Order: sequence, then structure tokens, then C-alpha cells
Amino acid sequence: MSITQFLFYFLTVLALFSAVMVVVSKNPVHSVLWLIAVFFAISGHYILLNAQFLAIVNIIVYAGAIMVLFLFVIMLMNLNASTEPQKNNWLKLAGIIAGGCFLMVLVSLVKQANELNNIAVTMGTGEIGLIKNLGKALFNDFVVPFEISSVLFLSAMVGAVVIGKKA
Amino acid sequence: MTLLAVDWLLIIEKLVLIAIIVFASLGIALYTTFAERKVAAVLQDRPGPNRAGPFGLLQPFADGLKLIMKEEIIPTNSNKALFVLGPGLAMTAALMTCSVIPWSSHVEIFDRKVDLQIADINIGILYIFGVVSLGVYGMMIGGWASNNKFSLMAALRGASQAISYELAMGLSLIAVLMLSGSLSLKTIVDGQMAAGSYWNIVYQPLGFIIFFVCALAECNRTPFDLPEAENELNFGYHQEYSSMKLGFYLFSEYINMIMSSAVMASLYFGGFDVPFLDESTLAPNIAALIGVAALLTKIAIFIFVFMWIRWTVPRFRYDQLMNLGWKTMIPLALFNMLVTGALILLKAGV
Repeated sequence: MSITQFLFYFLTVLALFSAVMVVVSKNPVHSVLWLIAVFFAISGHYILLNAQFLAIVNIIVYAGAIMVLFLFVIMLMNLNASTEPQKNNWLKLAGIIAGGCFLMVLVSLVKQANELNNIAVTMGTGEIGLIKNLGKALFNDFVVPFEISSVLFLSAMVGAVVIGKKA
Repeated sequence: MTLLAVDWLLIIEKLVLIAIIVFASLGIALYTTFAERKVAAVLQDRPGPNRAGPFGLLQPFADGLKLIMKEEIIPTNSNKALFVLGPGLAMTAALMTCSVIPWSSHVEIFDRKVDLQIADINIGILYIFGVVSLGVYGMMIGGWASNNKFSLMAALRGASQAISYELAMGLSLIAVLMLSGSLSLKTIVDGQMAAGSYWNIVYQPLGFIIFFVCALAECNRTPFDLPEAENELNFGYHQEYSSMKLGFYLFSEYINMIMSSAVMASLYFGGFDVPFLDESTLAPNIAALIGVAALLTKIAIFIFVFMWIRWTVPRFRYDQLMNLGWKTMIPLALFNMLVTGALILLKAGV
């Protein structure tokens, strides 16, 4: 077992365990913190794939900014067991069945995919994930979509400011 | 069969380096608390701590002992797991920065070249940015888990302050990146050390001022120490903490100061470069030692400036802080970025 495989399995177990804990945790603040752990594990996977830029941006944007806002909202709402509406047992059962079906579809999809069969973990050797190559690709081959998406972000930001001003 | 085919010497080397840097930063942080009190005393025209040991030099140990011996109180209605996690997270986030800072060039031990940098990754600056953005968790979790409204308000203040000033900080960093063309701190420092080039402060005076102000805000130092405004919030986000958990919070602030000073020295003041000295003519080990001394001197100067500001400037009001961050720092940083880009293009003759 090489160090890469070891790291892969470690990160996978961490990601799956944390993801399960997000759902299972009773306390919403704990759920958010477990979700942050999931993001860290996924960033680790990105690094194994040699996609360093994606890894660090995942941490900066998701773990560092979006989850802080999540935490803000959840801390201020002060959710706890007594204020939570009681869910119908039938609803829970329906949720379990729907989720189970979805899981079955996903598993069968992965099992049938030919590209995924009998392939051991390999370390990513691609260079596209390095920031220099990614930047070149974005500003040469995909410059129009890139700029359009940045305009989209700007308009979203202006919209948020306008809504904030109204309140 | 080898279980893990790795270069064990490399791992041992890095572990030793990590241990040295972590303990050195803790030791420096210990004496920074002492320096803070002495600087405050000088600025306020009083002697300062002078009883424990010669010139009061043992004072930090007395303080540490006091903190450890105090009773550890966990409030009954607090969230216990997160209450304990908070100070640990604050400390971890503060110490994580040290791994990408180039502390000096390299030393040669038994024909083995040992770089005095834990990890020279080509996303070094983004890594620092990521760690800085994680710094708010220690404060937020601690403040919320205490189950005290003052702690929660302080934590919210601190988190929104950190998020606001991160933006201007990132924008001022982009100008440095455009100059050096690399995200690796080692390359940035080497670029400033090369013959015929100046430190980045010469090209980026405005960028440095923006970065410095943002560093003050990120470290929660006066004039931006809103999360610890005693007269409004009793004590701040660590109000319910006692004993060494409180010590961790207070300590992580000093470690943040040291790390941000090291980052500023590396980005704008040539890192471990000694001005008017060509390091390549010296033996590598001596050059490395001189480099460490130079970097530590620069860090010490920055820390002194931090303290000087703390005991000179009064605290901002919360709305003033937000106005400064969003309406002054971010436009200035954008302007700085545009001017830098235009000048680089002019020089390249496009």
C-alpha cells in the first residue's frame, strides 16, 4: 500500500464519516462543523489529483466564507429540539425509501460504468490543476464564459447590496 | 514488502523543523506578552513588570504558571465539546501559517540540504489566505458555545470584521502577485533578494499600508479590537473561559501577530534578506543563520509597531470600522491593483 493509497483511503473514510455525521447530528451547529470537515477531506482529494488551486479555493470559499455565514445564521436562529416541529413518522419513512432508491441508482451506476471497473487508486499526474495552467486555459480558451460568469457575480453582488439598502 | 515507501529522512527532517518552529513561536509569543507590557509601561511612563527575576524577565513564566494553576470552569449550560474545541481551533489556525513561511535559505547538515521552510507549495499565498479565513472559527465557536450573549455578540463582531478585512487584504495581495509572478513565498522572497531588485515595499507602498491595516484587523489588535471591547462587552468572546483555555485564546492572538509580521516581512520587506549584503558569497550555513536573524529582527520591529499602535490609538466604533473596511480599504486596494497592472504593462511596453 503506497502512501497515496493510504491517504486516499484515509480521506475517503473521513469524508464519508463526516458526511454521515452531518445528517445524523441532532445539533445543527455540529452539522455545520461536520460539513466543514467534509470540505477539508474533499480538498485533500483534490490535492491527490494534483489540483492544488481547486483544493485551496474550496477551503477559502466554502470552508472559510460560506460555512461562516451558515454558522452565523444557525447560531442566531438558536435552533434546538423544543422549537423544531415534530415530523410525521410516515414522512420519515418516505424519506428513507426515497433516499435508499437514490443510493441504489447511484451504486448501480458506478458498478456499471466501464471506466471505473478494476481501476486502483492512481495519483493524478495531470498538470491542468496547477494555477498557472488553469489560468492560461481560463483566459485563452474559455475567456468569454469566464468573463460572463464574472459579470453574473457582479450583478448578484449589486443585487445583494440593493436588497440590503432597502431593509 | 515496504508498507509505506517514503523518504523517512525527509519526514524526520520536516518533523524536527515543525517542532522547532512551533516551539520557537510559542517561546517568542511568551516573551511578546512581556514586551507588550513593557512597551505599554514605557509609553505610559511607568516601570512595568519588574519584580519576577532580573528586570522582570521571569514575568511571562509567572503568568503562565498562574494561568495553569487557576481553576478550570466549564459553564453548565455551555456546549461542552465545542467549548473545549474553540481554543484549540484558534491556536491551530494561528500556528498553521508558519508552514509556508521561508524562515531562511537552506542549511547543510551531513551533506544533506535542509530547506528552512516546511513546505514550499506553489499556492503559498492562497494557503495563507485560506488559513486566515479559518481563523474566525475559533472565535465563533468559542463565543457561541459559551452560551453567553456578550460572548456571542463579540464573536459575531469578530467574524464579520475578519470577513470584511479579508477582502481588502486579498486585493492588496494580488498586486504583489502581479509583481512577482508567483504564488510561492519562497519565489517572492528570492525575487526581492536577487541582485539589482528592490524590496516590494518600494513598488507597493500603498499595498503595504492596506495589508498592514488589514493585518491589524485580522489579529484583532487595537484600533480594531472590537471583539474584546471590555467597556461594551464585559470582556469579549472569551469571557466564560478560564485557566489555560483562556491562555490559549490570548496566546493565539500573539502568535497571529508573529505570523502576520513574518508574512509582511516576506511579502514586502525581503523576507530573510539582509540589505546591502550578498548572501551567496557566504558559506550556506552562516548565510542561513544570518537570514533567520534578519527575519526575526524584522518580525520584532513589526511587533513593536503593533504594540506602539495599540497604546497610542483609541478603539474604533463598530460602524467606523465597517465604513473603513468597505468604503476605504477595498476601493483603495482596487485602485492599487489597477495602477500596478497598468504600470507593469507600460514597463513591458505593450
